[in-house]
Amino acid sequence: MATETHGADKAAEAGGLVFHPMDQFIVKPLFGDGAVGMFTITNVTLWLFLAIVTITIMMVVGTSRRAIVPSRSQSVAEMAYGFIHKMVEDVAGKDGLVYFPYIMTLFMFIVTANFLGLIPMSFTTTSHFAVTVVLALAVFLTVTILGFVKNGAGFLSLFWPSSAPAPLRPVLAIIELISYFVRPVSHSIRLAGNVMAGHAVIKVFAGFAAVAAISPLTIVAITAMYGLEILVAFIQAYVFTILTCVYLKDALHPAH
Amino acid sequence: MATESHGAASDVVSACLDANGSALGMPQLCGEWVWNQVFWLVIALVVIYFVLARIALPRIASVLAERQGTITNDIAAAEELKRKAKEAEAAYEQALADARSEAQAIAQKTRDAIKADLDKALAKADVEIGEKTAESEKAIAEIRASAMENVEVVAKDTAEAIVAALGGKVDAGKVATAVASRMKG
Repeated sequence: MATETHGADKAAEAGGLVFHPMDQFIVKPLFGDGAVGMFTITNVTLWLFLAIVTITIMMVVGTSRRAIVPSRSQSVAEMAYGFIHKMVEDVAGKDGLVYFPYIMTLFMFIVTANFLGLIPMSFTTTSHFAVTVVLALAVFLTVTILGFVKNGAGFLSLFWPSSAPAPLRPVLAIIELISYFVRPVSHSIRLAGNVMAGHAVIKVFAGFAAVAAISPLTIVAITAMYGLEILVAFIQAYVFTILTCVYLKDALHPAH
Repeated sequence: MATESHGAASDVVSACLDANGSALGMPQLCGEWVWNQVFWLVIALVVIYFVLARIALPRIASVLAERQGTITNDIAAAEELKRKAKEAEAAYEQALADARSEAQAIAQKTRDAIKADLDKALAKADVEIGEKTAESEKAIAEIRASAMENVEVVAKDTAEAIVAALGGKVDAGKVATAVASRMKG
């Protein structure tokens, strides 16, 4: 990827096409041009803040009238609530509902950040592994600790497929153990990878718009890609959330 | 995106950017930006959690519960009204049946009264007719009797006149006896 951008820079100097598909993911300070430290207010801060504002408007301001017959904004909040509430109840079971606020926080953050990232010129926080890894690790650690707290050593039965033939069990146990520790990796890379890839592809298409002959095609391609990205933005938030519910179910009921 | 702010190589402050301020490789893999993102992400998640768990979710839960309660109450009220309507219908049917049987009773009573009156009138008329008939028969009998008497008188007179005309001596007693015997025959 790095060599491509270098090549593109040279092409830009030569007056050809310019591709900087990854520049949209650069973290930079909002004020001044200094280095990015841990507490620097950056574009990440801005878009995380906008996510908070959006969620607050959707879930708090929208429901402020507490109407029995809901307004449109209140319906949206109620639908989001019902959607995740039902998901937690169906997948993790009744006793999983205690953790509903945490899962709701995850879902609302991811879906809002994904959609905010679809605004042109915006910064997509969920396209960064730093963000998704924190989310996935939080889920992984919480679920693992919860599993041992709730079930003690019985949580290890998750790795021991008792319904399999006895000679196969040790082999399967090793596979189960590996797949368990791969969970946070796939969990985080799936989200960031999907979001990043789509955004980068749109930028590549946008680079082609400089050529007059294919620019109409570029517009069609960007529009189609944008539609797909809207789908991906929701589906990836949904997938992340439902996987969290599945992992939670494993922690609460480890027996196969 | 970042190109506007970075013109010269001397401005470059990150190992992840090239001389033009473009990204070197994937910005996602730039180590020096990670902790900034993690820091702000954790803050954002905590804020979102408190906004949702303290304000939004309890509020939506109460609204949904209230709505469920309202719906349940309304359904119960509808059931109650339906039951009342059924009761009213039954009462109406009952009243209708009562009225019908009462009307039949009244009609029967009236019919009976009329029949009684009629019977009385008929009986009275029968009696009157009987009286009239008896009276008439009496009158006819009287007329018949008087007619017989007259015949007897006429016959006697005629017989006396005939006897006289034939030159006999009229014996009133003999003539009367003769006439009477003839009339009996």
